[in-house]
Amino acid sequence: MRSVAHLAVRHAAALWSALRMACGDDAYERYCAHRAARHALEPALSRRAFYEDTQRRKWSGVSRCC
Amino acid sequence: MLKKISAAVLAIVGAIAVGAVALHRHEPINALWIMTAAVCIYLLGYRFYAAWIAARVLSVDASRATPAERLNNGRDFVPTHRVIVFGHHFAAIAGPGPLVGPTLAAQFGYLPGTLWILVGAVLGGCVQDMIILLLSTRRDGRSLGQMARDELGPLGGFAALIGTLIIMIILSAVLGLVIVNVMKHSPWATSTVLATIPAALIVGLYLRLWRPGRVLEGSLLGVTLVLLALLAGGWVDHQPLLRPLFDYSAIALAGFVIAYGFCAAILPVWLLLAPRDYLSTFLKLGTVVLLTVAIVLTHPQIKMPAVTAFTDGTGPLFGGKVFPFVFITIACGAVSGFHALVASGTTPKLITNEADVRLVGYGSMALESFVAIMALIAATLLDPGVFFAINAGAGVVGASPAAAVHTISSWGYPVTVEQMQALANAMGERTLFARSGGAPSLAVGMASIFGSTFGRGLLALWYHFAIMFEAVFIMAVLDAGTRVGRFMLQDLLGHLWQPLGRTSWYPSVLLASALMVGAWGYFLYIGVIDPNGGVNILWPLFGISNQMLAGIALSVATGIIIKSGKARYALVTLVPLAWLALITTTAAWQKITSADSRIGLFAAADDLASKLASGALAPERAAVAPQLIFNQRLDAWITILLLTILWFVILDMARVCMRRLRGLPLRSSSEAPYQLSRLQGATAQAQP
Repeated sequence: MRSVAHLAVRHAAALWSALRMACGDDAYERYCAHRAARHALEPALSRRAFYEDTQRRKWSGVSRCC
Repeated sequence: MLKKISAAVLAIVGAIAVGAVALHRHEPINALWIMTAAVCIYLLGYRFYAAWIAARVLSVDASRATPAERLNNGRDFVPTHRVIVFGHHFAAIAGPGPLVGPTLAAQFGYLPGTLWILVGAVLGGCVQDMIILLLSTRRDGRSLGQMARDELGPLGGFAALIGTLIIMIILSAVLGLVIVNVMKHSPWATSTVLATIPAALIVGLYLRLWRPGRVLEGSLLGVTLVLLALLAGGWVDHQPLLRPLFDYSAIALAGFVIAYGFCAAILPVWLLLAPRDYLSTFLKLGTVVLLTVAIVLTHPQIKMPAVTAFTDGTGPLFGGKVFPFVFITIACGAVSGFHALVASGTTPKLITNEADVRLVGYGSMALESFVAIMALIAATLLDPGVFFAINAGAGVVGASPAAAVHTISSWGYPVTVEQMQALANAMGERTLFARSGGAPSLAVGMASIFGSTFGRGLLALWYHFAIMFEAVFIMAVLDAGTRVGRFMLQDLLGHLWQPLGRTSWYPSVLLASALMVGAWGYFLYIGVIDPNGGVNILWPLFGISNQMLAGIALSVATGIIIKSGKARYALVTLVPLAWLALITTTAAWQKITSADSRIGLFAAADDLASKLASGALAPERAAVAPQLIFNQRLDAWITILLLTILWFVILDMARVCMRRLRGLPLRSSSEAPYQLSRLQGATAQAQP
């Protein structure tokens, strides 16, 4: 019984993180993790600056279609 | 072994379903047959054709590091799981096109559209998307225009740029026209669509100021707000005091859409564009899932005949024979050149492994094609008489309801004024006559599917839900298209005078935005004053420009395949290219030279001019005639320009290929050099 509950929780957690990833909800966390892994020297962008910059980049090119 | 058995089952089920679709002629067919045939064909295409192209033609190499890995910056270039890239890419390519095109093409009956959507997607559209995606992935995510310049020459690059700009203008105009026709004299639709703007602004502020980047929360808030707006719209519709505040003519609404487009292009993206896009993406994916479930549950009968008499070119929605016009009307859903711009934009920067291009490129397009099939089903399950009454312009069937039903019934598709009135009442509208553009009839079809699945009492609510859903993502495309068009114009203007090229210099922003909005706003305005509905002229023009762009993309692909020494596989892209060149040239030729004023643009202009000169026009039509005459000639010249661009690129590609085959020197390949992937699983995947 415990293992079933455990499995359900694990699947729900995986689904949740996939959903967050799919719509970009965790983009800032991933950006920070990426910087930490590369030991970047320049200061990281704040959450807000990162969001604004991501949107600006995204909408400078063709990202929606007919 | 299991794979082989499943493939065999798929092939048998598919063959039975295709047989059923092809052999049902004089009795109604069930929509489930069409859906089953479609799904089997996509899966077979994916399982065999796409896999063969990936292995043989493209030599997809799972051990090769992609730009997402090599250039990983945690921002644009990010290795991403292929299912998530699939979702992103599908959300990016699937717009209103696959909903509107198949609905309009339903005037030929359900069969021509269905066959073209299936064959066109599996052998053309999906192939184009996958190949361009891989070619761009191998070139650090370069755009179609850059690849055309690098691989063919400056001419190809310039042609791609101009072609893209024209298609953006025509697309924005025709989509603007579609939502104007939805909103005119419909307080419920207008108030709901208007309310989505403050909803987007609130989400925009939420995501920037209060909870930066919490996209899920923001989207949930936004979807709740627009659903509330939908209910509020129904309430407004029943308030005698509020109702007139949202009751506008088409001209007024066109002015509003133009002003809105200008604001969206100059405001910061986080305020309006980005939040609106989150809303539209969630609504879009939700509705696609809902529609699939509803069609499977209700499995409605198709009431439109397989083939109607209008294949001879006399159709009321737009003039022209089934060949070539069904292939022009349905671009998105079968082959859409516009996708090549997305497949060479954001998506290649997310691909973790080259092997993912099959799912992301081929798979996303197959799913979009499936959406087109569902739109076709939703349009053809209406009584044909009702379908024509909603979609045919007043200039074709007569301005009064009595005249319209008389004309339509005389074609052999009986419909009565009472029937149309009852339908309009059920949908919560005053009238449904002459709402051309495809969106209203699609909404009626969707409402009847949803209504019979989830409760008939809510028809009006479902109708306006469908309307809002279409409007929200039409406006998202309008915003994004205007903005990209603005950047492209600034880039071009920068060559004339350098400061104009600075994308954040305000005078340049205002000038380029005004030029862009002015260009599509002009076509939108003309479409609104055109008594035939405007869509009959603009949609074929959009189709021709979209197929021209596909022609450019396939030319680039063919050129690269031949340059890489795989001429023996070049038919994979040459056959769809030849077909597109044939239909685009035939359609453009007929639009330019036909003496029939329902098809030929010059003929229509001359016809109208002679009627105007002889005084045969009613005063209100005579007032707008000079503008219509000018516009028809202008459209004819644009068609000539599009055709010229297409053939320039094809001939440029042929020149490059001839040089390659003769062993003459060429521009070197712009492919990034091979680098071994260090990502886990890449080398394991490489072993078959």
